[in-house]
Amino acid sequence: MATREVISTGNELSAMAAVDAGCKFFGGYPLTPSSEVMHVISDLLPKVGGVAIQMEDEIAGICTVIGAAMSGQRALTATSGPGMSLKAENLGLAQMAEVPLVCVNVMRGGPSTGLPTRVSQGDILQSKNPSHGDYKSITLCAGSLAECYTETVRAFNLADRFMQPVIVLLDETIGHMHGKADLPTQEEVTAGIVPRKSFDGPAEEYFPYECGPTEPAVLNPMFEGYRYHYTGLHHDKNGFPTEEIETCRKLIQRLEDKVAMHEDELESYEEFMMDDAEIMIIAYGSVSLAAKESIRHLRAEGIKAGLFRPITIWPSPAKKIKEYTDKIEKVLVAELNIGQYHSEIQRAAARLDIDGLFKVNGRALSPHEIVSKVKEL
Amino acid sequence: MAFDYDKYLRLEKMPTLWCWGCGDGVILKAFIRAIDKMGVKQDDVCVVSGIGCSGRFSSYVDFNTIHTTHGRTVAYATGVKLANPDKLVICVAGDGDALAIGGNHTIHGCRRNIDMTLIVINNFIYGLTNSQTSPTTPQGMWTVTQKVGNIDPTFDTCDLAIASGASFVARETMLDPKKLEKMLIKAMQHKGFSMAEVLSNCHINLGRKNGMKNAMENLEWIDSITVSKKKYDAMTPEEQLNLLPTGILKEDTDADEYCDLYAEVQKVHQGERKRITQDDFVKKI
Repeated sequence: MATREVISTGNELSAMAAVDAGCKFFGGYPLTPSSEVMHVISDLLPKVGGVAIQMEDEIAGICTVIGAAMSGQRALTATSGPGMSLKAENLGLAQMAEVPLVCVNVMRGGPSTGLPTRVSQGDILQSKNPSHGDYKSITLCAGSLAECYTETVRAFNLADRFMQPVIVLLDETIGHMHGKADLPTQEEVTAGIVPRKSFDGPAEEYFPYECGPTEPAVLNPMFEGYRYHYTGLHHDKNGFPTEEIETCRKLIQRLEDKVAMHEDELESYEEFMMDDAEIMIIAYGSVSLAAKESIRHLRAEGIKAGLFRPITIWPSPAKKIKEYTDKIEKVLVAELNIGQYHSEIQRAAARLDIDGLFKVNGRALSPHEIVSKVKEL
Repeated sequence: MAFDYDKYLRLEKMPTLWCWGCGDGVILKAFIRAIDKMGVKQDDVCVVSGIGCSGRFSSYVDFNTIHTTHGRTVAYATGVKLANPDKLVICVAGDGDALAIGGNHTIHGCRRNIDMTLIVINNFIYGLTNSQTSPTTPQGMWTVTQKVGNIDPTFDTCDLAIASGASFVARETMLDPKKLEKMLIKAMQHKGFSMAEVLSNCHINLGRKNGMKNAMENLEWIDSITVSKKKYDAMTPEEQLNLLPTGILKEDTDADEYCDLYAEVQKVHQGERKRITQDDFVKKI
């Protein structure tokens, strides 16, 4: 793989990745600790003929992005927890109407205004169901500077493949971390772009929401002769509101199944020193960096610990988790919340004895804290 | 020969869900005639609506159409327009949609002067959800949430748009479809943000409990509270007090349009011009 070396921050790399992946539109509102994404992309997009606009509020930010995406463009918004809460209703419309977009959430302490400049991983469960109703979210979580770039690129391709919003979680530590990252080249990113499907037959034969039971809608760009309707209401094959019983059931089941039946295309995780591990640490985002360091210390003392790091957070890599938790007794989930992903690991493992190391004071987990906890197991 | 609306209607969606005697159908027809007279291709039009009776407007017309969440019409339309500056973007919203839950987006759409038309169908009440108070419900009227009489002061849609920076602001009623059609053509042809308020009836959810039992009585009331701008301007403030002027209330063809301004931003970043400074603008504060 051809690479290039870039010295940057997580937030900046995420903005760069969007533009490299063909994003032409950004709409957002300033929100610490995500604002640098907007700062950077507001310079990058107009250079390539795109548009970046600071809207009057978080809601307007996601709405412009959905509007641009409905018209056919790749579009991005970025925010943090309070903004996610405000965007939730319209993320729901994008799920319902099957509008692809990417939403970067740089997590800070919550709930409410919380700890604006401090790290947290408190939005894990929110990212699973930001809006009301049934649908299956796709959420990716960057665990390094390079991944702020590569996961944002992947998010755009997944959004177009599954025709729905894809959330990229950074945490404040990863977002503001400054350092060297080895990135794929622009050529490589461009070669990997898989644009959304479109219909090119006669307009009278086009039914955007008529698709297989596990497939996403095929939504052509606007203004090209295929006039149809977008709505957040339950809708028929043309996108028109309906309350017809079977149509409603099939639609919502399909929103679930188009992701659930293709989880293999989404699964992504890292295994670090897991080959001979007798203790498994599960961590994601910035905590995984501390976990890796702690594993080096533990190994030096003869304790065989390893790390399992989910990269696609939702849907979770449940099969792989079960595989590991069936054979490894001692499992520790380390995260910057009170067990939000721990509950998912217990579910996937079908075990209630998974240990947890949780921290919610706005400070990072240190390798030392993880080492101490592992020794207690 | 009678005007053929069928070309622009999604006939399979007829009849509409609007009540018998509702003004929304008159407005829909005036809008269709306006688009036809402008000679715009259906493929080049995007109609965006919100939630409420007016929200269904977008599903009945054969254009590129979006039925958004409550109040967010202008924000969605802003994304469509910025991504496609050469297309005609029309927003349709009710008084609750545009002035209550979506008030912020209306204000900022006006402020940016982005080239789109916002048709506010003002029937002075929440119709679809059964008679809750709207920001334009006159004080003293019965609403289901203020059964002893509404105490909330009202917004004047057009005053709000003028104050917020819209470069075209006009008001008509559905009582005169010809004038309405002309206003819509002017609004849609105007470059910049056009506020086109249309006063309409809701005899079902406003009228019945406020002494206007049927559509005619509701429309007579609308007629009694409106007067042409020309006549209005000649009146004393006392005479003006309970009247709303109709016609074009503001038309500024010199105001900078937002997509044009953004094209300048693109030029700066593409090295085609120097950075934008205060000297580029007539108004400096």
